[in-house]
Amino acid sequence: MFVFNRIATFGRYLELMGKTFSRPERMRMFFKQYFKELSQLGVDSIGIVLLISFFIGAVICIQIKLNIQSPWMPRFTTGYVTREIMLLEFSSSIMCLILAGKVGSNIASEIGTMRVTQQVDALEIMGVNSASFLILPKILGLVTMMPFLVAFSISAGFTGAYATSVIGNVINMEDLTYGLQHDFTEWYVWMGVIKSLFFAFIISSVSAFYGYTVEGGSFEVGKSSTDAVVSSSVLILFADVILTQILS
Amino acid sequence: MIEVKSLYKSFEDKAVLKDINAVFENGKTNLIIGQSGSGKTVLMKCIVGLLNPTQGAILYDNRDYTTMGKKERKTLRREMGMIFQSAALFDSMTVLENVMFPLDMFSNDTYHDRLKRARFCLDRVNLIEAQNKLPGEISGGMQKRVAIARAIALNPQYLFCDEPNSGLDPKTSLIIDELIHDITLEYNMTTIINTHDMNSVMGIGENILFIYEGRKEWEGDKTQIMGATNERLNSFIFASDLFRKMKEANTGK
Repeated sequence: MFVFNRIATFGRYLELMGKTFSRPERMRMFFKQYFKELSQLGVDSIGIVLLISFFIGAVICIQIKLNIQSPWMPRFTTGYVTREIMLLEFSSSIMCLILAGKVGSNIASEIGTMRVTQQVDALEIMGVNSASFLILPKILGLVTMMPFLVAFSISAGFTGAYATSVIGNVINMEDLTYGLQHDFTEWYVWMGVIKSLFFAFIISSVSAFYGYTVEGGSFEVGKSSTDAVVSSSVLILFADVILTQILS
Repeated sequence: MIEVKSLYKSFEDKAVLKDINAVFENGKTNLIIGQSGSGKTVLMKCIVGLLNPTQGAILYDNRDYTTMGKKERKTLRREMGMIFQSAALFDSMTVLENVMFPLDMFSNDTYHDRLKRARFCLDRVNLIEAQNKLPGEISGGMQKRVAIARAIALNPQYLFCDEPNSGLDPKTSLIIDELIHDITLEYNMTTIINTHDMNSVMGIGENILFIYEGRKEWEGDKTQIMGATNERLNSFIFASDLFRKMKEANTGK
C-alpha cells in the first residue's frame, strides 16, 4: 500500500509538471512573475547563504587545523581540505538542504494558502493555467539564481576561512592561500553548479507540488509545508549520491 | 442562458447531485438555495467547470461545456466571472492590480486602456479610493466589491457568485446584492448565485432553485416562495422566527 501510494503521488507530480511546463499565456505576465521570483527566492536568500557559509568556512578551517593537521602533514592541508569541502559538498548540496528549508517552505505555504483561499480556483475560472502561472516562474527563478547562490556560498566560505587567520590567528595566511590554490580542479566548481541546478529543480517543483495539491485549511497548509521540506531534503540527498557518482 | 440537463455528480460511491435540470436565463439573478451539504456548491462547481459531472450536460447558450475540448473551455472561461465566498483576491497585489489582472492576462488593449477599464470597474463598485490598498487592508465587504469589479473587468456574459454575503453584516449584504442585481441588468448577464441568505432570496430572487439532498426540490421566484407548499422548502425558509412571523402576517395563519 505504501509503495502504491508513493507511485500514485509520483504520477500526480508528473501530471502537475506536465501542466506546469506549458507555454505561458502572456509572456509579459510570465516575466513579471519570473523577476518577482528571482527576487523573492534568490535575492532574498543571499543573506542567509552568506551568513551560514561564512561561519561554516571558518569552522571547517578551525576543525581541520586543530584535529587533522599534524607536523607530518603539509601546512597547506587546512586550506586545501577547506576548499575541497566547500566546492564539492557544502556550497552545492548542504547549502541546498538549507535552502530547502527556507525556500521550500515558502513556496509550499504560499501556493497552499492560495489553494485553500480559492485564489487558485479564481485563476482557473479566469481561464489561466494556474500551475504554469504560479509554479513555472518559481522553478525557473530558483534554477536561475542557484548558481549565483553557490558562487556566493563558496566566496563567503573562503572569507570565513580567512577570518580565522586574520581574527583568530588559527592559521598562517600564506599557508591558507597556498592550500586554497593547491592542485585546483576547475571541474569541481562546475560540478557544484550542475548539482545545484538539479537541487534547485527538486526544491521548487516538489514544494510547489505539495502546496498545489493541499486540501483543507491552515493545518493542512502547515503540514504540506513540512512535507515539502522533508521530501525535498530526502530527494536532494538521493540525487546527491547519484550525481556525485555520475559527475566524479 | 445556461441550461443544466440531467446532471449527476458522484464522489466514489456517494451521489451528491441527482438528475438536476434547470434553466438560468440572462438578465436575471438566478439563485441556488439549500441547506449546507445539500449539493449547491458542487452544482456550481460543475457548472463553472471546476468539477466534471458524472453524467449530464451543461449548455452555455447551446454550447455544451461537458463535451468541449481544452481550448474551447479556456475560451468560454474568459466569458465567465466569479465571486468566491472568500473573495479570493490575490494577497500580494493591490486592489487595482487585482482588477487589472484579467485584463493584463487576456486583453490586447494598451496599458492606458487597461488601467482606464480597471478604474472604471472600481468606480462602478465605489472603491476607486482604495485602489492602492492591499486586500488585507480593506474590510470583508470591500473585498467582495473588489471581487465584483474583477469579475466584470472583461465584460463577462456569465457571472457566478458563491455565497457572496457570507460573513457580512445585513446592511453590507444588501449593498452587495443590489450591486450584483444592477450589474446583471446593466450587462444583461446570466447570473447564478449560491446562497442560503434569505434576505438575498427575498430581495433579488428572480429565479430560485431549491436543492435538497442533491435533487431539485422546488423552482420559482421570490413572489411564489412565501406561498410555496413544499414542506422541505418551508422548513428551510421558515427556520427563522422572523420569516415565520412574516409568513403568518402575510397569510394570516
